[in-house]
Amino acid sequence: MGNYYTAFLIGGLVCALGQILLDNTKYTPAHLLVFLVVLASIFTGLGLYEPLIEFAGAGVTIPVANFGYVLTKGVLEELDKDGIPGLFKGVLKIASSGVSASVIIAFIIALIFNPRN
Amino acid sequence: MADKLKGQTLIFNNSPFIISYATVSGPEEGKGPFASSIDKICTDPKCGKDTWEKGEKSMVKDAISLAMKKFSIAPKDIDLMVGGDLLNQIAISNFIARDYKLPYLGIYGACSSLIEALIFASISMDGGFADSVLNFSSSHYQTAERQYRTPLEYGAQYPPYKQYTVTGAGAYILGWINGHVKITAATIGKVIDLKISDPNDMGSAMAPAAADTILQHLNDTNRNVSDFDLIITGDLGKTGLKNLRSLLKEKNLELGNKLSDCGAIIFKQDAKYGSGGSGCAASSIILGSNIIPALKNNKYKRVLLIGTGALLSPITILQKESIPGIAHAVLIEKIN
Repeated sequence: MGNYYTAFLIGGLVCALGQILLDNTKYTPAHLLVFLVVLASIFTGLGLYEPLIEFAGAGVTIPVANFGYVLTKGVLEELDKDGIPGLFKGVLKIASSGVSASVIIAFIIALIFNPRN
Repeated sequence: MADKLKGQTLIFNNSPFIISYATVSGPEEGKGPFASSIDKICTDPKCGKDTWEKGEKSMVKDAISLAMKKFSIAPKDIDLMVGGDLLNQIAISNFIARDYKLPYLGIYGACSSLIEALIFASISMDGGFADSVLNFSSSHYQTAERQYRTPLEYGAQYPPYKQYTVTGAGAYILGWINGHVKITAATIGKVIDLKISDPNDMGSAMAPAAADTILQHLNDTNRNVSDFDLIITGDLGKTGLKNLRSLLKEKNLELGNKLSDCGAIIFKQDAKYGSGGSGCAASSIILGSNIIPALKNNKYKRVLLIGTGALLSPITILQKESIPGIAHAVLIEKIN
């Protein structure tokens, strides 16, 4: 079961992986984002991400990789229920709250703030 | 009658004086080693306007007004204006020209724009087509980042060899009277591409063009390094300058202290600025705040200023094309 220490350790390792890639490859931050999401998606498909959440909690649910998990998890759930059409129905099912929140919060922030430097 | 190109070099029979000039910079350059000789430092990159582009335009306008004021020149005394900047459709320069209602040629040579403008102006004056030409150029950190890399809001991390776009503008008026500093020759560069494709490493992409232009100039004018007090490139940054040194060394040319780079010296030493400055404003500010004062004080007699340009576009980068480089040189001499 996860605790503060495992969350800190695993979360830190995910971020360290990101920084190592940024420093040593020609990846832009956008490449990195997609890489982590796809990686987590593959982990989820192989059934490896949920044990990680059990172990590290917020350490893996807060980084962007979690988006790959919710996308894939939604798809897998709908696939179980509806078969092939579920592949398309499930994509945004669990991710919907995250996506909507980002869009709405980003909109509000853009209204209030203006970059200076 | 003007002489035809010798190789790639023009030797002016009637070489124009730089009769007046002014430089304006943003806040970061204002903390640098040349702050005291920059005519105006804006502490706000927007210059009190509501967008960065309007801020950049305001810096160019200030530079032009100051240059005219210093020598009591009115816009009607100017025969031709030549300018360029880094934004799409050279928007800043075009909008500046809109305000002056003078014959105007907008040019794009990326960060070599000021030097390209000076060459064009010198040609038109040597050819007898104009008696006074206003040249200007600008770049701006926030407007250039947005266009060439990512918007600032994105908060991207950059590698240490990446350069920091210089914010500022320079205006230079060429004429026939009362000057001590003359443009006596110019070498027009070729586009050279050694297949570097990292848009964060433009210094290395431009270094081969700079090396080619320096060698060509020495060859065309039959001069050697000892004839120059300073050979200074526009915006190679520290990384590009190092590459240029090794490229010249391969051709058995060692320049030592005589070789410098405007971008590498414009900021104070701080990791924040990465490899140093880039952009049209690097050479536009250093020419006025360092090179011309040193010529006037007899510290230098003959300086070769090489404008370097990375001729990429945001589209060609996305399509994984390499970055072609260009370098134009002007020979600036003190006449007693």
